Amino acid sequence: MVQLMEYMLLATFFLYLIAAVAFVMGTRGSKEDDKTERMQKWQKIGVGITIAGALLHLGFIILRVLIGGHFPTSNMFEFTAFLCFASVIAFIVIYFLYRSAVLGAFVMPIVVVLLGYAAAFPRDIQPLIPALKSHWLYIHVTTAALGQGAFMVAFVAGFIYLIQRFGQNAKGKQAFWLETIMVLIVMFIGFSGVSLLFEATGYQSVYKHEVDGQLTEQEYELPPIVAPNGGIPEEITPFWGLKEALFEAPAWMIGQKAALTLNSVIWAIITGAILYVMLRLLIRKRMTQLVHPMTKKIDLELLDEITYRAIAIGFPLFTLGALIFAMIWAHEAWGRFWGWDPKETWALITWLFYSAYLHLRLSRGWIGTKSAWLAVGGFVIILINLIVVNLIIAGLHSYA
Amino acid sequence: METGYRQFWEGYVLIENTKCACGHNNPVGTILCEYCGKPLDEAIKNSEQTIENEMRYEGKARRSQTYTTSLFDKTWAFFSSVKVAIVLIVITLIASGIGTIFPQETFVPSSNPEGYYEDEYGLLGKWFYLIGFSDMYNSWWYILLLSMIGVSLVVCSLDRVIPLYKALNNQKVIKNTEFIKRQRISHVEKIVETEKEHKRTALIESLQQKRYNVSVEDDAILAEKGRISRWGPYINHIGLILFLFGVFLRFVPGWYLSETMWLQEEEVKKIPELPYYVKNERSLVEMYEPHELPPGSENQTNFVKEYQTDVTLYQKDDTTGKLTELKKGQILINHPFEYEDLLLYQSDLKAGQLSGLELAVIDKENEQEVGSFSVDLYDIKANQVYHANGLNVKVKSYFPDFELQGNQPITKSQKPNRPAFVIEVTDPKTKRQEVSWVISGMDFENPQDNQYNIQLKDFKLVNTAGLIVRVDRSLSVMLVGGIVSMIGLVMGFYWQHRRVWVRVTNNQIVIGGHTNKNWYSLRRDIQSVAETAGLKIKLVKE
Repeated sequence: MVQLMEYMLLATFFLYLIAAVAFVMGTRGSKEDDKTERMQKWQKIGVGITIAGALLHLGFIILRVLIGGHFPTSNMFEFTAFLCFASVIAFIVIYFLYRSAVLGAFVMPIVVVLLGYAAAFPRDIQPLIPALKSHWLYIHVTTAALGQGAFMVAFVAGFIYLIQRFGQNAKGKQAFWLETIMVLIVMFIGFSGVSLLFEATGYQSVYKHEVDGQLTEQEYELPPIVAPNGGIPEEITPFWGLKEALFEAPAWMIGQKAALTLNSVIWAIITGAILYVMLRLLIRKRMTQLVHPMTKKIDLELLDEITYRAIAIGFPLFTLGALIFAMIWAHEAWGRFWGWDPKETWALITWLFYSAYLHLRLSRGWIGTKSAWLAVGGFVIILINLIVVNLIIAGLHSYA
Repeated sequence: METGYRQFWEGYVLIENTKCACGHNNPVGTILCEYCGKPLDEAIKNSEQTIENEMRYEGKARRSQTYTTSLFDKTWAFFSSVKVAIVLIVITLIASGIGTIFPQETFVPSSNPEGYYEDEYGLLGKWFYLIGFSDMYNSWWYILLLSMIGVSLVVCSLDRVIPLYKALNNQKVIKNTEFIKRQRISHVEKIVETEKEHKRTALIESLQQKRYNVSVEDDAILAEKGRISRWGPYINHIGLILFLFGVFLRFVPGWYLSETMWLQEEEVKKIPELPYYVKNERSLVEMYEPHELPPGSENQTNFVKEYQTDVTLYQKDDTTGKLTELKKGQILINHPFEYEDLLLYQSDLKAGQLSGLELAVIDKENEQEVGSFSVDLYDIKANQVYHANGLNVKVKSYFPDFELQGNQPITKSQKPNRPAFVIEVTDPKTKRQEVSWVISGMDFENPQDNQYNIQLKDFKLVNTAGLIVRVDRSLSVMLVGGIVSMIGLVMGFYWQHRRVWVRVTNNQIVIGGHTNKNWYSLRRDIQSVAETAGLKIKLVKE
């Protein structure tokens, strides 16, 4: 059963990957005459495989519920994988509203990257701690994730908008920031790749350090570049002559797994930088310039509308899931509906940000480039909440 | 009441009204004629642009733009500005973010936050505390920010929803062609007179088929659907205002209570601030059995499955002082104990704490136990006497948390972490008395001529539950606020207000469309409607 579940996840991953390739093919029409027919064919294949992938992903979730006895949104891997699922669902909905292959050509690769990132976290099924034993675990988390999935699609649509407008430039502020986002995406790929590689070789190192007065073990699945603050090496597998961490994490990083996270971030930066330099040597231009031709065939105004529509779909869902349901659960579990826990606060920040976006757009007429950048910024806030807040800032939500 | 209201909204005088070419008198500040929709504002009249932005509130005059003299008007105008609202939102957003850099004081395990922040986080931490970010969300300025957002919600909504409601309720079917042509989506096409009737009917029918509400007057058509979408934002705002109101209701005395208390098993305690008593029947920690663990984590140990405390709630009778039982129940995480407004949560559970000892009196001569007695470590009165099979045992001194400081025995706390006693044993028959020390975890050398040794025979462990006592009467107000807000959001975002205006004259058709969102879909609607009437229109790319 567990083996089958792992295979299903792997198959889902590859289906998403194939769908991404199909959508990319659907954006490339060399000859004018047979272009539309050929493109539509690829587009149909793309969306078909996406739906198949989503169904398989659903199968994976159901199987995991059967094995683990609870809905899989209880740790970092499970939540991030679910966020991928939610993004795919949101994309399918938006696709059938606007029939845009270009959107798929960007959403699906990012979903693949995100799923790879999810898989880099421990995938064991853990028994539920008492605090998570509630129906709200899946009601609250799934609704919030669906809202975030829609925001993710909005981010991608905004990103495509910006690439079409500024992506061909080799200079300029807009082009620079777009390229920066590309570099960040490459870092995600680098981190996922290197994590899965080390996982395949069974790499492990252990450090011991004190957390709240108790000696705790930290298991490294990537060679330790940074050790926990005051950490004692327990069992270090040397890597490239690296027998010990190069330095310790600063004391103010108070998350229980702060050093592990910092270590991952450093690995992501290193591998991402190497990958990026290699890519640049290969393609001899900016990544935004590479993908720019893919975006040409879609109307800018339509992209602007997709961005807004996705946020309009996501906003009520996010409000319901991340604030209202969250408050109801917090009231049941902790005796207060709101406690300014970092995760709660960041959910509020996300909500305030999108509220500001909506008011700027609806009342101040911020459309086009400004609106697209805001959609990108909103998703960056969501990623901060997912990655930084979960792992570096300690709080009631840091189960992962 | 009615006239006051009218004065407030309509203006004190209507001298400076703007008269439209159609003959309608509009209040000052009107951008598009209330009657025919013709642009009135000079700048808009003369530009070539669409009137998309002006359509937001149907070109109506808003109070904030009409009255700008008195202090009230100025305050009203300030809070009615969406720009101000956005600035307030952004300030709150940034401040909230800064507040999460370091933990807030409530999460800090120290009673001396001032030193704590500096020690833990250095200079940045010190300033974090000094500026007041360490208790940001309770600070006066944060609450002021939230209150200002609340005021802005009320004023912004009233300033807009009333003119908007009036405009949408009094819509005219016949609109000026200028109004239709200047919509974001518009189309003008020449026709010959013979086609007129046929095209008009085709347009009406296909609009009806697309579920538009169609009104016809003379040569004009007005098709509309999804108007409820326009009320969504305001209903959402009402919900948010209700929610904030609920939050502020907490400050009403008696509406909100939050206390913590520790309660040992078997212990009965008064609930702070309330006329109730609560007894801890038992507290327990349940672990997962190995077979309950999911595959992959069977070999890991010590997974807590459940924390549970069973309690009984009592009320004290004022005259007799007797406790009467009100309710028995259990507290699990995620499942608090409820009695009317009172909620009891379990926030902590300390398992296996020492609460009692059974001590045996041993005759040193034959190593035989003479008798034994039980001591409740939480309930030892001064000079309390126990009986052990005919012997009187008196506790002369009790040190719950024993330590030697220099040569002096002291107790570090009142918790029985390491109980020690000075015990006087009296044999009532012989009247012989002897004194000996009993210190847990230590074989203390008592005087040689003592007849008895006192030894630990058994001990009793007890679990202690940390309870949160909570009364929050405004929860239902906030819940209603949340529900209303959600209804508003769904109405606003999952419906769209679409309108199509048509004028079919003898030689031309003018079509214009407006929506509050999703222009692409409206384009597709108008495209397909126009195609059924045989118009050569191109609004959507293939």
